[in-house]
Amino acid sequence: MAQSVVKEFTKGLWAEIPPFRLVLGLCPILAVTKSVENAIGMGLASAFVFVFSNLLVSMLRNIIPSKVRIAGYIIIIATFVTVVELVMQAYTYPLFLKLGIFIPLIVVNCIALGRAEAFACKNPPLASVADGLGMGVGYTLSLCVVGALRESLGNGTLFGHQVFGPDFQPFAFMLEAPGAFVCLGLVLCIMNLVGKK
Amino acid sequence: MGDYIVLAISCILINNILLAQFLGNCPFLGTSKKMETATGMAMAVVFVIVLAGIITWVTELYLLKPLDIEFLRTLSFILIVASLVQFVEMFLKKSIPALYTGLGIFLPLITTNCAVLGVCLINIKEEYSFLEMLVSSFSYSVGYGLALVLFAGIRERIILARVPKPLQDTSIGLVTAGMIAICFFAFKGMV
Repeated sequence: MAQSVVKEFTKGLWAEIPPFRLVLGLCPILAVTKSVENAIGMGLASAFVFVFSNLLVSMLRNIIPSKVRIAGYIIIIATFVTVVELVMQAYTYPLFLKLGIFIPLIVVNCIALGRAEAFACKNPPLASVADGLGMGVGYTLSLCVVGALRESLGNGTLFGHQVFGPDFQPFAFMLEAPGAFVCLGLVLCIMNLVGKK
Repeated sequence: MGDYIVLAISCILINNILLAQFLGNCPFLGTSKKMETATGMAMAVVFVIVLAGIITWVTELYLLKPLDIEFLRTLSFILIVASLVQFVEMFLKKSIPALYTGLGIFLPLITTNCAVLGVCLINIKEEYSFLEMLVSSFSYSVGYGLALVLFAGIRERIILARVPKPLQDTSIGLVTAGMIAICFFAFKGMV
């Protein structure tokens, strides 16, 4: 039992890490990764939603009629997104402003709905929580990797600290919209290379 | 009148919803492998975004604001989008079967297209008037369609090229999208 829970958790960290292995939820990873700080904030907010929506979907899996299940899942996810939105507005207001409309848009993050449909509606609550947590942590890690690459190359900083010394010429392309696409494409390529071995 | 043209241009080219604001990327990469599916998706997106824009704008003004329940915006908007898509699908099936077969499978996919919800939220956030909202919804969705069709055209060619193995599929797709984004980036100084 404990073993399978651990397995559900760890698969989100490497074997099915979103959005590299599971190509879902690309929008936030392109939009909020200008700095590592934003990336972590977005990752944690999404992780919270994944865990709790998985938990509730799994607890209600025998009650929700299968014909209206998608609408049901969306309401559950939207409820937790509203919770996150209000909590962030109250306690981390600067981050809330920076992430802007991407917080309400966690609702349409395909990972949340995808996990509810593919995993939580067929499995008991504990395994579903482990799955949601794994996906959430994996997603946060991916956001951080892309965020760190873009912030360090584009701005020469990490968490606002200089990393390459004062002589470093910032590669501003990385911070702009096109840089986000190219950076994510190349990270995906590296993941494919490593995965092939 | 001039203001509306400026708004339209900035929504289609400068703040392109896909390439500058990063909304709706999953269907962008998913449906752009063939020209046919790309045009189908583009049409469905224009149709749904304009309708959803109108309905959510009216909901915000006459339901959420007077009752002071704006914190339910996310919840109510996504429900509107989801039920609208379902409704449009049923309606088209019955009355305009030709259009239904054209849009077909793309309609249900649109529920999770964050461009739809994104445009609705942007309309509210920018406090647009009714006419401005119409222009912005239409131009954002046309911008989406434009980027999607352009991208599909390039992607059809890439299939014929010899791409290194690790870069294949999504990876090269993203790099290509980056190149298109550079082109759109050039519009930045226009308005």
